[in-house]
Amino acid sequence: MTDHEPLIHIARRDGLVWWRAWCIRLIGAALALLASALFIYSITKLNPVKVYAAMWEGAFGSARRAWITARDASILLCIGVGLAPAFMMRFWNVGAEGQVLMGGCATAAVLIYLGRTLPTAQLLTLSVIVSLVAGAVWGLIPALFKARWNTNETLFTLMMNYIAIQITCFLVAIWENPKGSNSVGIINQQTQAGWLPALFGKQYLLNVIIVLTIAVVMYLYLKYTKHGYEISVVGESENTARYAGISVRRVIIRTMVLSGAVCGLSGFIAVAGSSHTISTATAGGRGFTAIIVAWMAKFNTFVMILIALLLVFLEKGAIQIASQFNLNDYASDVVTGIILFFLLGSEFFIQYTVRFRSHAHKTQEVEA
Amino acid sequence: MAEEFAVRMVNITKTFGHVTANDKVYLELHRGEILSLLGENGSGKTTLMNMLSGIYFPDSGQIYINGREVTISSPHDAYRLGIGMVHQHFKLVDVLTAAENIALGLPGGLVVDRKAIGARVREICDRYGFSVDPDKKVYDMSVSEKQTLEIVKTLYRGADILILDEPTAVLTPQETETLFAVMRNMRADGKSIIIITHKLNEVLEISDRVTVLRKGEYIGDMDTAKADARALTDMMVGRTVTLNIQRDLPVDPQRRLEIRNLTVKDADGVVRLDDINLDVYAGEILGVAGVSGCGQKELLEAIAGLQPAVSGSSIKYRPTGRSGPAEELLGLGPRAVSDRGIRLAFVPEDRLGMGLVASMNIAGNMMLKEYRAGKSPLVERRHPYDMARNIVRELEVVTPSIETPVRQLSGGNVQKVLVGREIAMHPTVLMSAYAVRGLDINTSYTIYRLLNEQKKAGVAVIYVGEDLDVLLQLCDRIAVLCGGRLSDIVDGRTATKEQVGYLMTNMGKEASA
Amino acid sequence: MTQLISLLTSAIVFGTVILYGALGEIITEKSGNLNLGVPGIMYLGGIAGIATAFFYEMYAAEPIGAVGLILSFLAAFLASALGGLVYAFLTITLRANQNVTGLTLTIFGAGLANLFGGSLNALAGGVGQISVAVTSRAYRAYSHTLAGLGWVGQLLFSFGFMAYLAIVVALLASWFLNRSRVGLNLRAVGEDPATADAAGINVTLYKYLATCVGAGISGMGGLYYAMDYIKGTWSTDGTIEALGWLAVALVIFATWKPARAIWSAYLFGVLYWAYNYIAGLSRATIELFKMLPYVVTILVLVAVSMRHSREAQPPRSLGLSYFREER
Repeated sequence: MTDHEPLIHIARRDGLVWWRAWCIRLIGAALALLASALFIYSITKLNPVKVYAAMWEGAFGSARRAWITARDASILLCIGVGLAPAFMMRFWNVGAEGQVLMGGCATAAVLIYLGRTLPTAQLLTLSVIVSLVAGAVWGLIPALFKARWNTNETLFTLMMNYIAIQITCFLVAIWENPKGSNSVGIINQQTQAGWLPALFGKQYLLNVIIVLTIAVVMYLYLKYTKHGYEISVVGESENTARYAGISVRRVIIRTMVLSGAVCGLSGFIAVAGSSHTISTATAGGRGFTAIIVAWMAKFNTFVMILIALLLVFLEKGAIQIASQFNLNDYASDVVTGIILFFLLGSEFFIQYTVRFRSHAHKTQEVEA
Repeated sequence: MAEEFAVRMVNITKTFGHVTANDKVYLELHRGEILSLLGENGSGKTTLMNMLSGIYFPDSGQIYINGREVTISSPHDAYRLGIGMVHQHFKLVDVLTAAENIALGLPGGLVVDRKAIGARVREICDRYGFSVDPDKKVYDMSVSEKQTLEIVKTLYRGADILILDEPTAVLTPQETETLFAVMRNMRADGKSIIIITHKLNEVLEISDRVTVLRKGEYIGDMDTAKADARALTDMMVGRTVTLNIQRDLPVDPQRRLEIRNLTVKDADGVVRLDDINLDVYAGEILGVAGVSGCGQKELLEAIAGLQPAVSGSSIKYRPTGRSGPAEELLGLGPRAVSDRGIRLAFVPEDRLGMGLVASMNIAGNMMLKEYRAGKSPLVERRHPYDMARNIVRELEVVTPSIETPVRQLSGGNVQKVLVGREIAMHPTVLMSAYAVRGLDINTSYTIYRLLNEQKKAGVAVIYVGEDLDVLLQLCDRIAVLCGGRLSDIVDGRTATKEQVGYLMTNMGKEASA
Repeated sequence: MTQLISLLTSAIVFGTVILYGALGEIITEKSGNLNLGVPGIMYLGGIAGIATAFFYEMYAAEPIGAVGLILSFLAAFLASALGGLVYAFLTITLRANQNVTGLTLTIFGAGLANLFGGSLNALAGGVGQISVAVTSRAYRAYSHTLAGLGWVGQLLFSFGFMAYLAIVVALLASWFLNRSRVGLNLRAVGEDPATADAAGINVTLYKYLATCVGAGISGMGGLYYAMDYIKGTWSTDGTIEALGWLAVALVIFATWKPARAIWSAYLFGVLYWAYNYIAGLSRATIELFKMLPYVVTILVLVAVSMRHSREAQPPRSLGLSYFREER
């Protein structure tokens, strides 16, 4: 009668030692690089090894390039760190794009309207505050509805992105400089008022330090504080949370305010510390990419550093090969997509074991 | 020779991990009869029927349908053999109509012919005395309508062997009468029916024969005409088994909880607890007996502050030493209760889904109730780790390390972690629901020992259980629930198994009369 | 009057793009899969159509519009369905998270399409526009006699065939989901896969098919955009992505009902273009106007969750992967 067992038996693994899990991920990544190489070769007939070398060149080839890579990776990381608490609570905040833009707009507003009247220290303080608040509000709105009416947060936060994008376009039109350019231009280009200052002569060092600090603090917050503990419990089981006397609603709202605020702060860093202008490119899809960063890292902020670096490396590298080999820099998105597909797929082999029927039989016989 | 049997199940064994749900079970169903499958909770009735309807696959044994040996490896196979089962949890899609639910998964033309289905449904209804509106959406239906729809669905699919899993558990007495009338009509029409139940009066009222299971084993079957309630109870609960659980007389029991007029309704407005009046004493173990779903869960959750009660209900807590005023617990919620310094320990039935955080390690779970302590925004980690190590050592929890997520522990070890944590909070009230379900003998005895120690330490212990032997040998008093009502409270030292069995099936009045 | 007609016609063209996207996503979501890869899929459909037509027109001595149309149409459907297949394999077989997989598909699809779009531009002679004029003309063909019948003709008969096809697809989808046996089973899969499984429905097969066919239909939105809306050219300005998200919004706005999606799509079009027909708007205000479709979608989403209306809810198992319980 056992012939009627299903052919393939899939069972959840009871935890895999961390190094084996990482081995599986590495195999996934290696396969992904292979697939990407095949893809690059098939459309360009270029030697993929050379292409990868060129990508390395593009991302880390010079001190300047390395700094730009670090700058962009740190913004991506910052957004990912912002998403971590929401995801740990199993709240699908796909609204980072909008939260970043709102933070960026708030910062730009401070820089534009008060740039002549306040000293940089005060400008920066004020910018930080307003960007935190703007991002927090953008995170709070869907959270309120989720907590009260269980409104689907994935769809709600997704829609909030586009409202933020249109608000940004609206502000760009108001602030455009020079008139008719449809862009804000570099804000306070002469005075550099409200810009994050260079540290030890390195323009982006402060960005990196700020973001790494946030990452460490977030790691500690999630792991060691009472709030972080509550977030884990709510994310695991609302029933257990109620049993332990945790107010699920309050945790949802508080956590989304935090998540939105950190994403808003990423907008501040992008504007005051990086581009010194505001447009929809301030977020430029990074709010979405960061979702993948946070998810792949299983909410561990240190793993996020690696993944953020990997993705930015791919992007910068692809831009390099685009110019070097006369390709188009969208190749980076293709390679990113392929790598992420493989990494997503490899998680299955970490979570589950697959046994075929014949194999199952053998083990039964052995046990018998 | 076997032609007279619609179903024969021979020597059926099914195990889940280390638990044997069915051990060499026999079942015979004659054509055109109603058979009761009787047994307490956890006796393996539903598992056995799930194997007949293709949900589970037996480890060993044979199934014969109409005399022919068959293999049933999916619900689809069961349908093909004319077997239809109505589960306790209805398998209906809410947003679809009755007719659409019936049509689900059936072969047929491109278009669902609602008219034809409607006509067939009405025909079935007329024949057996149902009433189903084919165009009504399932979310608009009452529980009994949904159940009717489930039965019609199986008949529509041509079932002539019907299995009903505790169909009356969700019905009012009037609805039950209607169901029984329908069942008699179906029998008259030549259908063979198995009804899973633990209510003796129903067995006697509706069935021709009865098969009894106990703890996964086949006990026997008999004609209902020759059976009486007493004989059936004896078969169902078995001879008293001496467990050698230590039981001391309570020392200076003081009233700890006063439950008055406690009435609880669920989200659908169905009364789950009906006017319960009960006192719980410190220094004694109060057992709660009853077939499952009779309000045990609601009772414990109401005390724990997780279940809102109808106004007029009251649960008063009296602190130790008779000093100080009694405090009303209802309406406080678990957090406010613990903020008032009232230490209620609660070992819920759903260990991993409610009592513990499955993905956290043992230490992480130790914090669950006291992580708030202190003003620091950080959780205190040393104490939980000490606690975890203590529990692992003292209760002999088998785990690779205290860092292992509790999800990966075996059931017994999970329970040790949970009970250990609740006891470590030095409770004044300790509630436990099905604390030894699924545990091996040794672990069960560990749990009994722990409960007895708590009793000796002056804790008011409430033990909700399903094994009457245990209840009778562990508890000082036993409150018996039946359908959300308190049947009676009996003395654990003098009560008999039969007596409690009758009270559970609400025949206590007749029996004592 | 002319202004109104002109607004409505542009709204219909705009609405048709997102209608395709939304219809495909409705079919997909009815199986319980929330595919946030719609923008990527629309990109795939658009580029596959354009590229096929481009190579056909380049290599055929005398390209015939109808042939280009059929080839590009099939290619677009196939490419989009393949995108859906990747998503289906990852989320159904490998049980990857639906949101993350969908977003990755969007990144991948947009990248692939714009990579090829850019290369095609380069092949056509560098910076300038590429165009597949012959095929695009076939897509945009309409009866001038009928369209000449005053404003009625303008409003009803001045579009390429895909605008009408979208309505047909919507009505078919509506019929399919509400009347047909397979559609009924599909809805059961999205609502309650365990029940569907118990009723003998092959849940995995249904999810795969719905996701792939749904993606194929969504991809038609990209094809229509490339062939008709921007007249057989390619631009890497990211419009398709914005339209793709609008299509996701439309699914919510239409409360998962294909027939309702028709007028909702045109309404989105009117909301989107209304600024063109209101005098004295500044460019800044115009940007605020473009926000309207998203705002009304949120209002619908909130209203639906507050009213608890059973008929307007998302499919109950949306976003969750299903596998039979193992004991």
